[in-house]
Amino acid sequence: MEQTEQASTGIGIGAYIAKHIREYGLLFALIAIMLFFQIVTGGVLLRPVNITNLFLQNSYIIIMALGMLMVIVAGHIDLSVGSVMGFVGALAAVMIVRWDLPVFVAMIACLACGAAIGAAQGYFVAYWKIPSFIVTLAGMLVFRGLSLWLLAGQSVGPFPPSFQSLANGFIPDLFGVGKPNVLALAVGVVTVLILLWLGLRTRARNARYGIEDEPFGLFVLRNAIVAAALLFVTWKLAWFRGLPNVMLSMVILTVVYVFITERTTLGRRVYAVGGNAKAAKLSGIRTERLTFLTFVNMGFLAALGGLVYAARLNTATPKAGFAVELDVIAAVFIGGASMAGGSGKIVGAVVGAFIMGVMNNGMSILGIGIDYQQVIKGLVLLAAVFFDVYNKNKEA
Amino acid sequence: MTALLEMRNITKTFPGVKALDNVSLSVREGEIHAICGENGAGKSTLMKVLSGVYPTGSYDGEIHYDGGTAAFRGIRDSEDRGIIIIHQELALVPLLSIAENIFLGNECAKGGVIDWPETFRLTEGLLAKVGLREAPGTKVDSLGVGKQQLVEIAKALSKNVRLLILDEPTAALSESDSQALLELLLELKAQGVTSIIISHKLNEVRRVADSVTVIRDGATISTIDARGGDLTEDRIVRDMVGRDMAHRYPERERRAGETMFELKNWNVWHPEHADRQVIEDLSMNVRAGEVVGIAGLMGSGRTELAMSVFGRSYGRKISGQVLLRGQRADVSTVDRAIGAGLAYVTEDRKTLGLILEETIRRNTVLANLGAVARRGVVDESRETEVAEDYRRTLRIRTPSVFQKVMNLSGGNQQKVVLAKWLFTEPDVLILDEPTRGIDVGAKYEIYSIINELSAAGKAVIMISSEMPELLGMCDRIYVMNEGSFVGELTADEASQEAIMSLIVRE
Repeated sequence: MEQTEQASTGIGIGAYIAKHIREYGLLFALIAIMLFFQIVTGGVLLRPVNITNLFLQNSYIIIMALGMLMVIVAGHIDLSVGSVMGFVGALAAVMIVRWDLPVFVAMIACLACGAAIGAAQGYFVAYWKIPSFIVTLAGMLVFRGLSLWLLAGQSVGPFPPSFQSLANGFIPDLFGVGKPNVLALAVGVVTVLILLWLGLRTRARNARYGIEDEPFGLFVLRNAIVAAALLFVTWKLAWFRGLPNVMLSMVILTVVYVFITERTTLGRRVYAVGGNAKAAKLSGIRTERLTFLTFVNMGFLAALGGLVYAARLNTATPKAGFAVELDVIAAVFIGGASMAGGSGKIVGAVVGAFIMGVMNNGMSILGIGIDYQQVIKGLVLLAAVFFDVYNKNKEA
Repeated sequence: MTALLEMRNITKTFPGVKALDNVSLSVREGEIHAICGENGAGKSTLMKVLSGVYPTGSYDGEIHYDGGTAAFRGIRDSEDRGIIIIHQELALVPLLSIAENIFLGNECAKGGVIDWPETFRLTEGLLAKVGLREAPGTKVDSLGVGKQQLVEIAKALSKNVRLLILDEPTAALSESDSQALLELLLELKAQGVTSIIISHKLNEVRRVADSVTVIRDGATISTIDARGGDLTEDRIVRDMVGRDMAHRYPERERRAGETMFELKNWNVWHPEHADRQVIEDLSMNVRAGEVVGIAGLMGSGRTELAMSVFGRSYGRKISGQVLLRGQRADVSTVDRAIGAGLAYVTEDRKTLGLILEETIRRNTVLANLGAVARRGVVDESRETEVAEDYRRTLRIRTPSVFQKVMNLSGGNQQKVVLAKWLFTEPDVLILDEPTRGIDVGAKYEIYSIINELSAAGKAVIMISSEMPELLGMCDRIYVMNEGSFVGELTADEASQEAIMSLIVRE
């Protein structure tokens, strides 16, 4: 017990940051990248309209990164998400535009189709032990081909407004003011308060069990930065058109997946399977079933991503989702997940996706060509993972 | 005889820890020198200093070797001078042949082209020296651990070894393989090879060692010369733990209740070779409060038996019945087996027992996560309380239950595995090599825990390669050979000779 107390009280801010450099590094990297582009774009990056765009442009990547994180934590990979996303977008277009099915019915059918695709791939990975790299590489080719076939090589659109609002809609101001959008401001303030409350509650619990926690000064600083960023973003959004629909669904999904991964037996078991599948199996965990479910989940989220993407472009194109799997996977690894499985966090993956998104957006504003953009994104991915490995080696 | 190696006042510090504090070691030319000490005493660190893993300059003190000072900057330096370490975890490439492994990094080649006939000829010579009758082209993964160990030694011989260091060479070996290995060491000694052997098995140390250095808490405690005649196991144990251990096995009141666990006509076939039967028509029973041992050589099918019972984790075409308290039990999957009241503590805690990257807390509740969750949501306070409970009762030495288990010593890791299974509240515990690779003090604690469990009315099955351990702990011992029981001995009847003669008679 004495040792425990020593550990919890006798650590300085510098030492604590050094120990948790990965988590803080990620946050600082995002801030640094935003500041950098804010300056070099002459303030365009953080204009209300562009902040809104940032969310709209990256929503589907973030949605899929949630599923990809779980797949990677379970020790697998899914290369097919870009193709699946494109295929589901195409399916939605065919159902809604060509067959005139009700939007709601088509959306349910598309999500079910995504889950079924995930189930098919998960079946081979989980129960036949075929490496996920191969199964999903096959899936990537198959669904790329199927979406070409479905669209007969042409773009299909436009969608009815009810479908478009999935991506482009805004939540109306319930308070009726409009400018600024009071709802957006209220949501920002409430979110900050909830985060603070949760943080304090965790601190109290950690103190009760003598768990080493971050020094109070750092806790204040970190929360102040997060709160300032949240309030800033909602303030800006409030002066544009308010909260985008897609932002709301993204936040809800993120919260749900944080909860699933950190608090439920299901989430815990996925980490256990990725950490040591044999040990997990001998502990009575049905490892095959869990692997299967992570792929079903991934398929479902890829479908959702596909719908959002199609709604945003207001058309389904054969090119949709091309190479998107690489952005999604990169986001998860930038967010600190390990290729070997067993570690990684939802929040990390979301921040990783934002880092990719801000870079995409910032470089586009600057008019940097797609060629250089790819080079820079690749180097950032390598740098992030190198930073990880470097820190791990230093520890050992 | 002169000293081949003289390490003087070696001090090695890691951030915050003094791993070695003024350790001295003197090894005479042509002797077998044993180093004993509990896990974490500093034996491996000392050997890493010697072999250059920790390069010169990263420690204080001097090393004199073969008439000069030694300042090794890496393993290559020490190997060039004939110092070869064979680590506990063997460093062979499983899919390469014996010959390829022996000459890996040291190939017989001209201009980068390997001379295979020469390689095979040299390999045959080396294999003859270590007494391994295998073709040089045999893949290493088809060999047992004992034979792999011999390949490692052959590899050392190929490098003109002068000082051979073996870290726990017999830890994973069966009794007969261990004997063969010790014979080989004595033979090499006769040929002039000096060896350092790190071992927990004191009977082996007494058999082969010419002198013993005991290390405790990073300091040299004593160097005992076998020729002086005062090399006894008790003396070594006393120096290792710093106290007298009159009883290596804690006392237990023996009292058996109703029959708890029964196995009837159990048959198991090999998972890959469909025609090979691994377990043949085997039956056994264990009563509540009883500790029953399973003795047998490596490869006799002990682990396969345990794993096939525990949720069919091993084998195919499994037939037979499992009865718990006289009722037929469904143990067809691991979670059903756990539900029925079985627990299996694996022999291989690192790859099959623990998630090394996870905390003690999470490992503790892993097999019974439902018990700390409500409607699928984990109650973290409850989880912490459970882990804390086991930390206290099993005396797991750690600053907190939020430590990753990979930072724990072997003995404490084993306690975490035990905690995990105790939390499933089993009636029948199958312990597979529960004290492998852990030190004397921790072994005693594990034995005490086993006794407490049996006193609480659990049925305990203990599989072990260390016969003294079975003799010291068990009420009854089944002797296993080639997939079936060849005998059953009560505690009174059992002795090492009785067990061996049952195995050999087959």
